[in-house]
Amino acid sequence: MTQNSKQILDGEGVERCLKRLASEIVDDCDPEVPLALVGIRSGGMPLAERLAQLVEVATNRAPSLGAIDITLYRDDLYTGLEKPSLGETVLPFALDGYGVVLVDDVLFTGRTVRAAMGELHDYGRPRWIRLAVLVDRGHRELPIQADFVGRRVESKASDRVQVELKRDGVAGGAFLIGGQA
Amino acid sequence: MAGTSGGFARKDLLGLKDLSAEEIGHLLDVAEQFRGLNLRAVKKVPTLRGKSVIHLFLEPSTRTKTSFDIAAKRLSADTFSISGSSSSTTKGETLLDTAKNLAAMHPDIIILRHKRSGGAALLARELPHTSIVNAGDGFCEHPTQGLLDLLTIRRSIGGFRGRVVSIVGDIMHSRVARSAIYGLRTLGAEVRVCGPRTLIPPGLDSLGVEAHDHLETALPGADVVMMLRIQQERLERGGHYFPSTREYSRIWGLNRSKLERWARKDVIVMHPGPVNRGVELEPELADSRWSVILDQVENGVAVRMAVLYLVLGGERAARSEGRGQ
Repeated sequence: MTQNSKQILDGEGVERCLKRLASEIVDDCDPEVPLALVGIRSGGMPLAERLAQLVEVATNRAPSLGAIDITLYRDDLYTGLEKPSLGETVLPFALDGYGVVLVDDVLFTGRTVRAAMGELHDYGRPRWIRLAVLVDRGHRELPIQADFVGRRVESKASDRVQVELKRDGVAGGAFLIGGQA
Repeated sequence: MAGTSGGFARKDLLGLKDLSAEEIGHLLDVAEQFRGLNLRAVKKVPTLRGKSVIHLFLEPSTRTKTSFDIAAKRLSADTFSISGSSSSTTKGETLLDTAKNLAAMHPDIIILRHKRSGGAALLARELPHTSIVNAGDGFCEHPTQGLLDLLTIRRSIGGFRGRVVSIVGDIMHSRVARSAIYGLRTLGAEVRVCGPRTLIPPGLDSLGVEAHDHLETALPGADVVMMLRIQQERLERGGHYFPSTREYSRIWGLNRSKLERWARKDVIVMHPGPVNRGVELEPELADSRWSVILDQVENGVAVRMAVLYLVLGGERAARSEGRGQ
């Protein structure tokens, strides 16, 4: 098995995308509706944290921040081959009436997002839910689209996309990793 | 079928005896996540939707059965209940026949309580496509009780290594004590047992367990005191294990003054329930600041959710290996 990795974005590119996403979110959202950014574990969480900082800088108001683990809501839990590990869902605010932006690193089949929306509704009734992703790689299996997209890329279904935020000692970036052809 | 490091990949949960520290740790970590779910407004997730769970309880149980039932329903499984008096076992059908008939209806999990030690292991061997969860087999093990005790201890005092747990009462006939001892020893805790000599089984040395005759030596320095229920049946059925309930209570019953005299100030008192108030525990002790008895009950649901979740996951992993992935 040969694996080749192609860089889609470098660390700076990721940061630029996030800044643009943050400003689109700010422009799009009614300031009267309380805003919550909810990262989908695990890839969406660091992005949601960074977006929350950027939104706070732009609006002088910190949005609420949450994390959602969709393991228990997956539709492939007992058929998928990977062994799922269970993370914590943390929503330290009542969802009712909030505008919720779900944040994930990569949008692929849409099944993760479907599961996340199902879970959010078990916690409350948000005013609306929108979706922000850093990379949209196509291959949707459900009628789900992102409202805010950092970068669209062409990919094969067998590929993987990995995103890393720039931080101390890590250059960061988004990578397309080729799977078996 | 050995557990992989950091996970739990077994089809069945029969006891804590054969589990590694990593497997137990993983079970407790997953249970910790389910605790959060039990505090939500909507206490239900779709995880086990379409899965069937049969409660086969051939010995009386209220608490354990309710706890398992709540756990299964919060995971969206369909549950079916068969109890001793309503089953064909009263017509002479053997456990294995009953189980094979149930298995032919393709349940995903059978939760078994049975008076025979090793009953759950028998089913696990004979029913390769059904996960078996032991809810108490004879004098052998009660692993989910053991796990909820471990979770309660971990949450109360932070860990196991170097901690001291004293288990007091009828050790001989207690599957609760046995599961607790296996789990605690595997996780590195020091275990003492205390009770009438007639109720202390032989062979505890090999498990590294210290036997004490009196609370006066069993309590000092202990982080946890686990009191066991004295089963009235033991006295009534002509058992000659101890002279009288009153004497038992005087010597091995726990009360405030014994705790204050001999135990650490921050000791916690546990009991698997149902409590015989006034026998093994002074009546008000169960509600005192030392008691974590209701935490045990609360943690029981989370632990059982974790077990149901993981035994099915384990089977899936095994099957996909079989497909040559």
